[in-house]
Amino acid sequence: MKGWLLALVQTGLLAFGAPFLAGWVKWIKCRLQSRQGPPPWQPYRDLLRLFGKEAVVAETASPIFRVAPYVVFSVTALACSVVPMVAIGLPTAAIADVIVLVGFFALGRFFLALAGMDVGTPFGGMGSSREMTIASLAEPAMLLGVFTLAMTVRSTNLASMIGYLIEQPFQLYPSFVFAAMGLVLVAVAETGRIPVDNPATHLELTMVHEAMILEYSGRHLALMEWGAMLKLMIYSVLLCNLFLPWGVAVDFAPLSLLIGLGAITLKLLLLGTALAVAETGLAKMRLFRVPQYLGLAFILCLLGMLSHVILEVN
Amino acid sequence: MSLTQLPLAEQFVLTLAALILFTSFLLLAQSRIVSLIHTFAWQGALLFIATCLMAVTSGRHHLFISAFMTLALKVFFIPWQLRRLVVRLDIRREVETVGNASLVMIGGGALVLFSYYVVQPIRELSFLATRNTIAISLAVILIGMLMIITRRKAVAQVIGFMSMENGLFFAAVVATYGMPMVVELGVAFDVLVAAILFGIFFFQLRSGIGSLDVDHLNRLHEVDR
Repeated sequence: MKGWLLALVQTGLLAFGAPFLAGWVKWIKCRLQSRQGPPPWQPYRDLLRLFGKEAVVAETASPIFRVAPYVVFSVTALACSVVPMVAIGLPTAAIADVIVLVGFFALGRFFLALAGMDVGTPFGGMGSSREMTIASLAEPAMLLGVFTLAMTVRSTNLASMIGYLIEQPFQLYPSFVFAAMGLVLVAVAETGRIPVDNPATHLELTMVHEAMILEYSGRHLALMEWGAMLKLMIYSVLLCNLFLPWGVAVDFAPLSLLIGLGAITLKLLLLGTALAVAETGLAKMRLFRVPQYLGLAFILCLLGMLSHVILEVN
Repeated sequence: MSLTQLPLAEQFVLTLAALILFTSFLLLAQSRIVSLIHTFAWQGALLFIATCLMAVTSGRHHLFISAFMTLALKVFFIPWQLRRLVVRLDIRREVETVGNASLVMIGGGALVLFSYYVVQPIRELSFLATRNTIAISLAVILIGMLMIITRRKAVAQVIGFMSMENGLFFAAVVATYGMPMVVELGVAFDVLVAAILFGIFFFQLRSGIGSLDVDHLNRLHEVDR
């Protein structure tokens, strides 16, 4: 019972922390560009404002257009519940493993792309086709990276992966170095951050995610935006907890939960800062160079798997 | 012996081996000549760190001599020399498109697997904890060869050749704690002479066929153009 309650609290923490992470990245980025920038809690205000507004729907829209925001948000929220953030060993962790998590993301993306094409504006279709191009290249790399980890820890369940890594004394796994590099590249592509997509622009030449949700307004837009922030949050938590698992609570004692919460907050703030620094330093790539970029991610994950087989076994 | 039983220093050597393999892949994909030279220098630097670590963990201090020779030659002298040549030949801004880059990369991956299977019986001969890296060094050698095959520009091919030598050196260090000093000095001297000879060769090539693209060598001309 206590476990279920904790799982609920953790999912809530992920969902309500996501706008703060997005705002934090934006704030640091503004600071680095010597601008004052909106405060990190600005996304909460934006979401509240959008929820209060009327949702205007195009005349040509089919029911898919209305359903898609709810599907996208609920699937992403469901994905939140299986990601171990503060503690492992929660009952929800046993339901789904990392392959299901990738499946959840694929389902959300499917509806996002459908909704983009639904109204029939050229931007929506363009964004959908770009999104699917990127996704079809990013997904194999992500799965390969995850399998590299799974081969070392002998499980695809996220909680038992992290549990195994915490129990072991510190080891320097060559394959983890590669998997981490590959998964960072994939995470940047999948969450639509700067070298691949720019979340802060409405420039038709470059936009991917923005193009798909261009027709949305009001609460629909809020759900879509929140879903995107959740995705960034999930990827960040995954990267933090898989490669730096220290601090994650292994039991439900209040003290260890508190340490877990502090550790993940610190890790997320640091990762957000790193992301902001990277986004300030890098320029947006041309769309035609994205396959090359994701090819590098794939090669990194492949090298991770090969170095596991060659260097770590026997 | 599995990774978890090794001391941390040897795990670090294994990680460095994996990173050296990664720089080989970067060399394979890199299209700008100056970045190619820099990547080659980074590979040398990783080699230097790995050799130093091996020297510390095994207590064989003659490895330090090889390590510092690597540092002086492969991290500083040869990249500097190549860079100077590139500046003098005025090909700094030239971009070489690797023909079908992703296919070449997959070929590189296949070579890694191939070298793993080839090395399996050989690996039994060594008793060092780091003997697993023999496969990596063979892969570095083969990828250097692949680079020579797939590139057209002479400078890139020379760098492929040098990275093959890096693979050989790495194999010697991790599998047998280094070659005899005489051999090592001879090889290092050879590489040094090669680096200087290649410079002359570049200029000859350019004055002969007007380009560093060795594909032009395939065409026969009766008369001078």
